[in-house]
Amino acid sequence: MDEYAQFKITYFAECAELLADVETQLSELGSGSEDPEVLHAIFRAVHSIKAGAGAFKFTKLAEFSHQFEALLDRMRDGRIQVTEEGVGILFRASDILSAMVESAENETPLLEDFGSQILEEIKTIISSDEEPSPATPVMAVLQQTEDTIPVEKNYTISFAPKTELFKHANEPLLIVRELKTLGNVTAKPSLERLPLLQKLDGEEAYISWIFTLQSEAPLVDVEEVFEFVTEDCDLNISLVAENQDEEETKEVNKSHEKPSDLDQVTTPKATKLAAKQNIGTPKATSIRVDLDRVDLLVNTVGELVITQSMLSQQTNELPTDQFPNMVRGLEELALHTRELQESVMAIRMQPVKSVFSRMPRLVRELSAKLGKTVKLTTIGENTEVDKTVIEEISDPITHMIRNSLDHGLETTEERLAAGKPETGQVTLSAEHRGGRIIITISDDGRGINRKAVIARARERGLIGDTVTPPDDEVDNMIFAPGFSTAEKVTDVSGRGVGMDVVRRNIQALGGRISIQSAPGKGSKFIMTLPLTLAVMDGMIIEVGGAKYVIPIPNILESFRPPKEALKQLPTGQNLVYVRGEYIPICHLQQIFNVRAAEQDPSKALIVLTETEESGTVGIVVDQIVGQQQVVIKSLESNYRPVPGISAATILGNGKVAPIIDVEAIYLLSQQLMINSTLQSDSAPVPTDTLEEVSIVEADNIELASDLIEVHTTPIG
Amino acid sequence: MGKKILAVDDSKTMRDMVSFTLKGAGYDVVEAEDGLLALDAISADVDLVITDINMPNMGGIELVKALRGNPDHSSTPILVLTTESDDSKKNEGRSAGATGWIIKPFEPEKLLKVVQKVCG
Repeated sequence: MDEYAQFKITYFAECAELLADVETQLSELGSGSEDPEVLHAIFRAVHSIKAGAGAFKFTKLAEFSHQFEALLDRMRDGRIQVTEEGVGILFRASDILSAMVESAENETPLLEDFGSQILEEIKTIISSDEEPSPATPVMAVLQQTEDTIPVEKNYTISFAPKTELFKHANEPLLIVRELKTLGNVTAKPSLERLPLLQKLDGEEAYISWIFTLQSEAPLVDVEEVFEFVTEDCDLNISLVAENQDEEETKEVNKSHEKPSDLDQVTTPKATKLAAKQNIGTPKATSIRVDLDRVDLLVNTVGELVITQSMLSQQTNELPTDQFPNMVRGLEELALHTRELQESVMAIRMQPVKSVFSRMPRLVRELSAKLGKTVKLTTIGENTEVDKTVIEEISDPITHMIRNSLDHGLETTEERLAAGKPETGQVTLSAEHRGGRIIITISDDGRGINRKAVIARARERGLIGDTVTPPDDEVDNMIFAPGFSTAEKVTDVSGRGVGMDVVRRNIQALGGRISIQSAPGKGSKFIMTLPLTLAVMDGMIIEVGGAKYVIPIPNILESFRPPKEALKQLPTGQNLVYVRGEYIPICHLQQIFNVRAAEQDPSKALIVLTETEESGTVGIVVDQIVGQQQVVIKSLESNYRPVPGISAATILGNGKVAPIIDVEAIYLLSQQLMINSTLQSDSAPVPTDTLEEVSIVEADNIELASDLIEVHTTPIG
Repeated sequence: MGKKILAVDDSKTMRDMVSFTLKGAGYDVVEAEDGLLALDAISADVDLVITDINMPNMGGIELVKALRGNPDHSSTPILVLTTESDDSKKNEGRSAGATGWIIKPFEPEKLLKVVQKVCG
């Protein structure tokens, strides 16, 4: 069965898609959808999985999917009501199905009774609507009457086709031909009903036959020859034993008025079903491509982008009037390269829906397990990100949702006691902002237990006994390595993966995660990630002769500030006054330890950038070189992580330029400032005046300066 | 020239297997993903249609009816692929005008046998 290996690959690829589809549709169903197409779609998916399982002899999978399908079949035509409990069973069954597919694919055997519990439940439900006539026992009885030792037998078969036989495109000649494969056949036609030629109706059946067949084949085999036509003919197969002593006659043909009545009853329903299937499902217009091929394409296009920018840089210096055609050609090359690159990237873009759609399910199961009532709201599930990013966000989201449900939300009693509605709210949302995707998970639970966090931090020596850090710092301590906020490890969240691991994974992708929390009101995880891990639009800037890239999506504007717009806080924080607002600025020269050509911002340039969490930040640069598409090369995999730098790129001249992570740069500059002020001044600030500073908007000057003062509190 | 068979199934695995088995036996195979696409794909020289029943957009029963309503295909043999669980589907298929049925999962030999039975 080697030739089946390739079909198995197709089959498992298909299964993966079908299972994902089942998952999505189940979520629909779980959220109360009454669209009949939802059940039809689930049914078809399970049906396809079953068909393949049968073909490849995955017995367990075939049996399970068979029962699952039977249940779905009854649900979709209304014989079994779709209850909440029923949906729960469907969810669990789909899990089992996934596990079985996985086991078949990896050839890892499952326990003998794996899934047997749910199988029993399904069977119980089905038996509540059992129609009494599975056809198999009848067949078994027939087979038992057969001799096990092949003996030559004589059959007499009378066969009189009806008109319907032709209407169904059956052909007596082919039937006779098949009969002949069983043994020796003699045929005696009866032409009695044949009318005169002028009265002959071409579509009418007139001729009948009596065949005698000598064969070792059992009766069922003979019957099987007429399998498709038993209802479209008068058929009588009698077995004449070799010794003629006894004659066994089997009436095969029966009156068929009843089944045909039934047919007419079922037909309108079939039409209705099919008509329903007609609506709603759009025609599939996609093809399946191996991701490796797409990745190769993306990489090649990336190289092309670099080559193109190199070319355009080298020809920039040429006098345009000398080579007008070449210049025009290069412009077109630039345009097309960009278009090519955009369409290639679009191939890998996917809505976050594929991840979000798994969450209702998770919430459903967890809330049942925890005995809490939870409503999950998802927002922005059509937000698209690169597939490479999608793959990476699933785990952190799952983790944080678990966390919200387990630790964030109170028990029902606690909620009622706190005067909150019984149902806890968890919101999962995604949006594009500043060229990144921002995913937030918020709950209206109890918020971070700051006392517990502080106690734990002291216990672990993270902070001194007398020190009480500001609230937002406390909240974010849950991301510290080995720091579990859980008072006790539960089987829901306590899976050994701490928030520190989540954060590390996100940072490795050039992302960030933070938490905002208000006691008694809830917590909010904010995760930001780049949209793609492959290319981006960058502004090349120069500081001290070195070139850097600032992501275009971050940039708001750039300008040369007048001297009077520049201010400095006592903390050393430099600000620039823009249209009624003070904006913090930072100098790259301090951070990267280079010597800027121009120390005075009023003689240099300020690039205003937007960050996800720190608001607007100005960056002082010597000059702006130009806008360019850059191919992102990971520093982690090619070099090592560098603070303040999210990645690097290769410029047209072949040199490496770091891509600046604006937010990280800002935070670094804050850190530098703290370090320098720490040396000069370490007067602690009473923290009780800072109750409201947990959510800091850095462009709010008062809060920002408060924050900076808070940071002067010695840490550790 | 081998006989030309149109295989209709929304599952690529099934299409591939039907197609592989039939091609191995010298048949010419055209594939379609659902009933609607099958109506696009069919031509007068198709000798046999093998169709799944449960498909999106247009299912197998509908397809059989549509084909029977078309003089070009009113006498083209049509086999429906069904599973043992849907016995009623066999009847639905029959009353719609299908020639016969193949029960999934099928052995390749069984498929060939049935194909031979209805189109020689």
